[in-house]
Amino acid sequence: MNSRQKLLPALSLLAFLALWQGLAVYLSSSVLPAPKAVAHVFWRETVSGQLPYHLGVTLLRLVVSFAIAMLLGCALGIVLGRHKKLDAFFDNWLVIFLNIPALVTIILCYVWFGLIESAAILAVVINKLPNVTVTIREGTRALDQDLLEMARCYRFGRRKTFTHVIWPQLHPFVMSATRSGLALIWKIILVVELLGRGNGMGYQLHLFFQLFDVAGILAYTIAFVAVIQLIELVILKPLDRKSLRWRR
Amino acid sequence: MTDIRIRINSKTYPAIGQAGKHQAIANLDLSMKAGEFVCLVGPSGCGKTTLLNIIAGLDHDYDGEILLGSQHTHPRIGYVFQNPRLLPWRTVRENIELALDSAQSPDQIDPLLETMQLTRAQHVYPERLSLGMSRRVAIIRAFAVDPDLLLMDEPFVSLDAPTARQVRDLLLKLWRQRPHTVLFVTHDLREAIALADRLVFLSASPMRVLRELTVPIVRNERHNEALIESYRQQLMNDYPEIRQLL
Repeated sequence: MNSRQKLLPALSLLAFLALWQGLAVYLSSSVLPAPKAVAHVFWRETVSGQLPYHLGVTLLRLVVSFAIAMLLGCALGIVLGRHKKLDAFFDNWLVIFLNIPALVTIILCYVWFGLIESAAILAVVINKLPNVTVTIREGTRALDQDLLEMARCYRFGRRKTFTHVIWPQLHPFVMSATRSGLALIWKIILVVELLGRGNGMGYQLHLFFQLFDVAGILAYTIAFVAVIQLIELVILKPLDRKSLRWRR
Repeated sequence: MTDIRIRINSKTYPAIGQAGKHQAIANLDLSMKAGEFVCLVGPSGCGKTTLLNIIAGLDHDYDGEILLGSQHTHPRIGYVFQNPRLLPWRTVRENIELALDSAQSPDQIDPLLETMQLTRAQHVYPERLSLGMSRRVAIIRAFAVDPDLLLMDEPFVSLDAPTARQVRDLLLKLWRQRPHTVLFVTHDLREAIALADRLVFLSASPMRVLRELTVPIVRNERHNEALIESYRQQLMNDYPEIRQLL
């Protein structure tokens, strides 16, 4: 990449801010506060500890539900991808769960289990699990039979076969499930918090909505987007690079 | 090393869709002495790969028995497949090391790499290798496990003639350093004569043994193409059933 290409993302960001500023000045209404006003709220909320607290709570929920959904989804996906009969049996279940609206799962979880933390986590997991399962199942179906035969012939055993033959082939599918999963879970968690928790980003946004505090909403949104970008840059990109270094 | 006996009464593929039931192997009986290099020669599609997969324990759906000696409770097999089957996400050296069991030292790979002229490429990922090099890696992997039986399924197919010749010479060099019982499948009679102690001719499917012959040319003179060619001509004349096969 040459230096001009490196400048391009920074330029586009500046253009976005300028557009925002221009629109805010033109409207001069509390419905669209200027970037400066939002920055001010952002700073105030950060110093008071409110923003880090609620962001932290939401992040914790994200990590827990994401980890559960990925682990279960990978295991289920591999099993279904390997066993045709089980797959034929459970395929309908997957389709049903894939098509239940997120809001329905959330409401039902709260109705059945009460407004508790585990119900919130369960609702998120149920929403995400079918997606992971389907993605990993496709990956498992596409496994190279020649390499599996080779592993069997040379007596790799279960562990070696999984780490060196199966996992590297599933990796792109896991990464894709991770990316789409993060985006999905973020959005669902906010609704979960809005409907039934006393803290977290969703709860705060609901509060701002009732007070008609648009600057607050925007400040929290920016924090939110920044954290996701950070996860992409610090965790996901390096993982991609490391696992794809063998490609020409 | 121990003697090997392969007896397959029948191997049948079940009917799938339009294709009816298909008998691939019928009454095949084959014995090998320890350290012997045997070439299976037969028309393509006659079921040679099926036979190797059965011997390698990859296919259990057959009627017969495979006696691979009692040296190990589980006899070890080295298998050079028709395509190299290397893990693209592991380096050449890692690919070979992965096949070893925990009791085998990875240091013993070094002389093998040396003989096959791959020492400098050992930390390269397979996608950067030529087909000839990948084939050599697959051969090293098969030798490295110190197998009771080495199976090779047309390991030089789709290589150009000079490369095939080079890999063949390297294979023979390796085999002389580390004698193993080898079952080598090919449809190229010249290649078979150049390599084998004994030739086994197979019929088209259902596959069975048509004829077995010991190659009379001493190993030191096998590099002589003219000698190999004249023996090939002689075989074609003496055994018309072979001529029909090839």
